[in-house]
Amino acid sequence: MSDNLILLENFLQALAAGLMVGCLYGLMCTGLGMIFGIMRVINFAQGDLMMLGMYAAWYLFTGFGVLAFLGPYAGPVIAAMLAGPILYVVGYFMHQFLVSRVTGVSVASSDNQGHYAQLILTLGIALILQNGGLILFGSEPNSIRTPMSSSAWEVGPLVGEWVSVFLNKARLVGAVVSILVALGLYAFVTRTRLGKALRASADNVVAAQYMGINVDRAHRIAFGIGTAITAVAGGLVAMYYPFQPYVGIEFVIVMYAGVVLGGLGSITGAFWGGMTIGLVQQLSTLILPIQLQNTAIFVVFLLVIFFRPQGLFGNSVERV
Amino acid sequence: MGRGTSFKRSAGILAALSAVYLLLVFIVPDQYYQLMLTLVAIWAVMGISWNVLSGYSGLVSFGHAAFFGLGAYTVALSLLHFGLTPWIGIPLAGVVGAIAGVLVGLPTFRLRGHYFALAMLAYPLALLYVFEWLGYQEVALPMHRENPAAFMQFSDGRIYSVIALVLLIVAILISRWIETTRFGMALLAIKQNELAAEAAGIETRKWKLKAIAISGAIAGAIGGFYAVILIVVTPASVFSMLTSAQALIMALFGGIGTVWGPVIGAAILIPLSETLHAELGNVLPGIQGVVFGVAIVLVILLAPEGIFWKVRDLLGRDDKDQKPGDVETVFSDPGELIERPEIMSGRTILEVRDLSKNFGGLKALQNVSFKVPEGAVVGIIGPNGAGKTTLFNLLNGFVTPSTGEVTLEGQNLIGLQPSGVCKLGVGRTFQVARPFARLSVLDNVLVGAYVRADDDETAFRHAREALALVGMEADADRPAGGLPSKEQRLMELARALAGKPKILFLDEILAGLGSSEINDVIVVLRKLTESGITILIIEHTMQAMLRLADHFIVLDHGALLGEGKPRDMMRDPKVIEAYLGKRWRERA
Repeated sequence: MSDNLILLENFLQALAAGLMVGCLYGLMCTGLGMIFGIMRVINFAQGDLMMLGMYAAWYLFTGFGVLAFLGPYAGPVIAAMLAGPILYVVGYFMHQFLVSRVTGVSVASSDNQGHYAQLILTLGIALILQNGGLILFGSEPNSIRTPMSSSAWEVGPLVGEWVSVFLNKARLVGAVVSILVALGLYAFVTRTRLGKALRASADNVVAAQYMGINVDRAHRIAFGIGTAITAVAGGLVAMYYPFQPYVGIEFVIVMYAGVVLGGLGSITGAFWGGMTIGLVQQLSTLILPIQLQNTAIFVVFLLVIFFRPQGLFGNSVERV
Repeated sequence: MGRGTSFKRSAGILAALSAVYLLLVFIVPDQYYQLMLTLVAIWAVMGISWNVLSGYSGLVSFGHAAFFGLGAYTVALSLLHFGLTPWIGIPLAGVVGAIAGVLVGLPTFRLRGHYFALAMLAYPLALLYVFEWLGYQEVALPMHRENPAAFMQFSDGRIYSVIALVLLIVAILISRWIETTRFGMALLAIKQNELAAEAAGIETRKWKLKAIAISGAIAGAIGGFYAVILIVVTPASVFSMLTSAQALIMALFGGIGTVWGPVIGAAILIPLSETLHAELGNVLPGIQGVVFGVAIVLVILLAPEGIFWKVRDLLGRDDKDQKPGDVETVFSDPGELIERPEIMSGRTILEVRDLSKNFGGLKALQNVSFKVPEGAVVGIIGPNGAGKTTLFNLLNGFVTPSTGEVTLEGQNLIGLQPSGVCKLGVGRTFQVARPFARLSVLDNVLVGAYVRADDDETAFRHAREALALVGMEADADRPAGGLPSKEQRLMELARALAGKPKILFLDEILAGLGSSEINDVIVVLRKLTESGITILIIEHTMQAMLRLADHFIVLDHGALLGEGKPRDMMRDPKVIEAYLGKRWRERA
């Protein structure tokens, strides 16, 4: 096989990985997009809530053995989906008891709309979740290991008998489920009455109140849904990625980069933003050593907020 | 004013604290407690470093681990590769931290608010992976048994505590110096309102860069010392999220924006978390992080500015209710309208030619030209959206015009930063008064005085003179936060006057005041105009405008509709129509 063909194969492999990982990142970004993009609430603990989602899925699948009977394919997927409702409850109450104290109507007129208080409060929550996670779950890396994790479908050969692309089964299944969940969320937010109420209360707190919407409840629900979506993404990522209680910090950067890149206030934008980050991460492995994968994400993140704080796909400019 | 005494008092507190610390160092039973005391000092210094940037200027940094870690690796690697002693390595780490601060600040200060905080987060995390990739997963400081003192390697833990104390004292002194000089004033002004600070002549970018350089230097140096204590440096131990968070938590828990905050925070939280870690660390491995997390959540919910301020507010509650100085007596009744004495020299002080500004397709201002004679009081009137505030923003440098020229005494103003415009002699007040609530009235005014004063003494004199001009000498030592709205307006006026401006822009200084309060402010303004200062004023209250201005400029839809004597303008049908609508023109 010639050098060019090897290059082509590597490129296609990275591209395929980028697309699959990108779908998963896209899903977790839509979760944060609900919270940061639409409600403009800074939740620094989003990555750690996702970590909880990973553990929830892991316990459902392995710990209690409840879902093991579903087999190695459906089991982990169902477990990831079930992590959603569990984390919805966590997010709902976290908003009710903590986050609502520094968001919404009470701080709408204060400096920075309470953003510093939100940053620091959720930083505290993040520390509690990370280290509480260490106490509860231990520091050993876990992963939802199934035959899917280590097997792949082969696409090709594409050129004669060469150039094959291997699609990791866990990633591909995760990507497909991600797309479906993101589409479901999109339909919910744009089509249903509740979804419209959520968007209205996020968009203009005061006007929504006049329209008879219970804004506090709407915010709690939106926060819960945002948390749940990210948790599902976490459960899916856990099928191929080993995780420990500190895993959140890696992904919180991915999520903010994706949401800002996609443009604040747009759910579809957040998905494409996450997709872009996934592609950048995987394609960067073609030229950068593997340890610097995450550094590449940080650099992209910095470039995005320096040059396009309004996002690549959005046009809602936020001037501070 | 107790500036000198407060410094002496804090020197006394510092001496007492140092004595207690040393006493503790020498009576605690073993190395474990000595180490804990050393850590208290280290994290207090780290908190002070964070406070110097984020506490004073309000730019919240989530990335102080970057400076800390670079400092730690500077000491570790220079000792490992070049045999450089930490006695030199630690100051060198400070230099590295300062340079890193400037390099980070240059691009990142373009961002505001939470974008700044999130961007800061990325630096240490990126560095963490870079140092791992470079192969520095674990750098052990080589032992120099032949001459341990020369390499800061002592078997007696108390010596480390003493070194940590010295570093803490240096950090406290630096921080106190910033707090009590114009440096601190500038940072506070930035924290309150960056635009207003620029308009008051403060070069915000320069001060922010200075602050991050000093902050980075402190963090770098203490990071270097931490490496000596740790002996083995790993990226995770110095660049981690927890390191950045701990810096922030010490300051925020103890009290943000005061030098004592980080000291209080570290003195409470470090022993607490270390003890819990020692007692329960085996069963509950993350207990330290949980303690810090709970501490910060509680602070945000119960005392958002930290323990120091909460306690002070509780103790000082009586002061707040003190009677306001009786301002009313200062004012005489304006009575009938008296013609202003003719003091105009006939020279033009401000000239505006063909000034235009487009925001996208919107023409906010089109081809506006006018001249302002020295000593005049010019009222700019026009309906909402006429472009009045845009005109002010163009004149004092917040917004760059699309076309046109503006000159002050022949000097070009276009393209200057607001602080540069201010330095040339343009003062400004804002529609929304933004007092620095915790500072005294005098200190609020002092912020504006530094523009034209080379030393603190002159600034103080200018500030007092400005307060006298607006009749608020009696209120000099009151906290600005408790002022009623009229006094807030007058204080803001004094702040603008303290910079000794040649021309003053007043943007709706009467907005939101009652009619008797309006009278009082008008009396002050008329007194000012007699002193010969030129004033440009935007105001909605036509009554007030007629009593103040001797020349009107009328704007409508961004264009100059007319200018002339107030009485003539008020009879001009075009003006009446634009201002009051067609119906009124027919009546007139």
